Amino acid sequence: MSGKPRLTYLNGRGRMEPIRWLLAAAGVEFEEVYLETKEQYDKLIKDGFLLFQQVPLVEIDGMKMVQTRAILSYIAGKYNLYGKDLKERALIDMYVEGISDLMQMILMFPFSPPDAKEKNLESIKDRATNRYFPVFEKVLKQHGQDFLVGNKFSWADVQLMEAILAVEEKVPAVLSGFPQLQVFKTKMSNMPTIKKFLQPGSPRKPPPDAHYVETVLKVFKK
Amino acid sequence: MSGKPRLYYFDGRGKMESIRWLLAAAGVEFEEEFLETREQYEKLLQGGFLLFQQVPMVEIDGMRMVQTRAILSYIAAKYNLYGKDLKERALIDMYVGGTDDLMGFILMFPFLSVEDKEKQCAFVVQKATSRYFPVYEKILKDHGQDFLVGNSFSWADVHLLEAILMVEEKKSDVLSGFPQLQAFKARISSIPTIKKFLEPGSQRKPVPDDKYVETVRGVLRMYYDVKAN
Repeated sequence: MSGKPRLTYLNGRGRMEPIRWLLAAAGVEFEEVYLETKEQYDKLIKDGFLLFQQVPLVEIDGMKMVQTRAILSYIAGKYNLYGKDLKERALIDMYVEGISDLMQMILMFPFSPPDAKEKNLESIKDRATNRYFPVFEKVLKQHGQDFLVGNKFSWADVQLMEAILAVEEKVPAVLSGFPQLQVFKTKMSNMPTIKKFLQPGSPRKPPPDAHYVETVLKVFKK
Repeated sequence: MSGKPRLYYFDGRGKMESIRWLLAAAGVEFEEEFLETREQYEKLLQGGFLLFQQVPMVEIDGMRMVQTRAILSYIAAKYNLYGKDLKERALIDMYVGGTDDLMGFILMFPFLSVEDKEKQCAFVVQKATSRYFPVYEKILKDHGQDFLVGNSFSWADVHLLEAILMVEEKKSDVLSGFPQLQAFKARISSIPTIKKFLEPGSQRKPVPDDKYVETVRGVLRMYYDVKAN
């Protein structure tokens, strides 16, 4: 293992994307291995790399980490993006978990049957505008600070930024009722590590397309 | 708020049960408020008590915490059940992630149709015996210690015991190929706080029944059909 974390996943967003975001936000360079065939995946399992036979897999600090949340928590803890004490960590965890529920809907979207896509898109829009974004709009309005928790950049800010952009790809005007989130988005975009990640040529992956869906189904076919 | 944590949920297992287990294992007494009607739920919503309009919600240390995983992590850290450093925490998080996925397959069980229940039961047992239990069996065998992580009782142990008992409720001999897990189960069950939680009269909730399903559906207006895995 080189010094850098090594990510093993498909060449696409999926469950690995929040990990790419967080490492990038922390200014950590990483390598990637892309799963393209079922044989590659079966070999990883056979060689005992995947604790629960699943990816994401991140090789970091001598560990073969699996379970997205565990990986994200470790990175956040290691790079001081997890608040200064238990209570700040609790807030960050609550915010991140909420956003993650919204991201889960977007994650599953490409795999929904054609006749359910419109309904699912409506659900995403509804949840974003009525359940999740109002919470963060209010948090930012109430304390008037740049960051969600403890007046300091944290995992929660990265996750919210990722979610805003992901929802905007599906619902372009989604931030129109959320002035605080618009300002937040601009501020985050200008942070050097995030700005770099948002430029072409970064490890950020494009929205899932038909080829990505096809690869997922092929690699994980039972 | 009294000193004790106060849990807001239905009178049944669902997503709150892991929290009950962890508080009990840590020897922490807690109060519970059970949601029985839609009106109660709407009152909580209108009062702004539920950050994302959802339960579980736990009032603890002046916070109204939501999101099961956030609540569990807070409790684990507060009561020293989260390992001694970042790497032990990483292991605990990984192990808990696995048992959480496994218990997730059982969570939806009561809401399935009769045929789907049978299918899901087989699915749960298959995943338990081929994907999850072998992992914990090997961990225990490899280090030969009493607990999963760092030779010290942690959240991972509590969660695994909870998962074992839940799967056993579906197939009573499911541990037959797993001697380490059998010993683990006996060991952890005899820890005083856990032993107490396993006794009748504790706040542990029974296997969900039709009344539970009806209450949840009514309170959340969740009338759609849940699909099996």
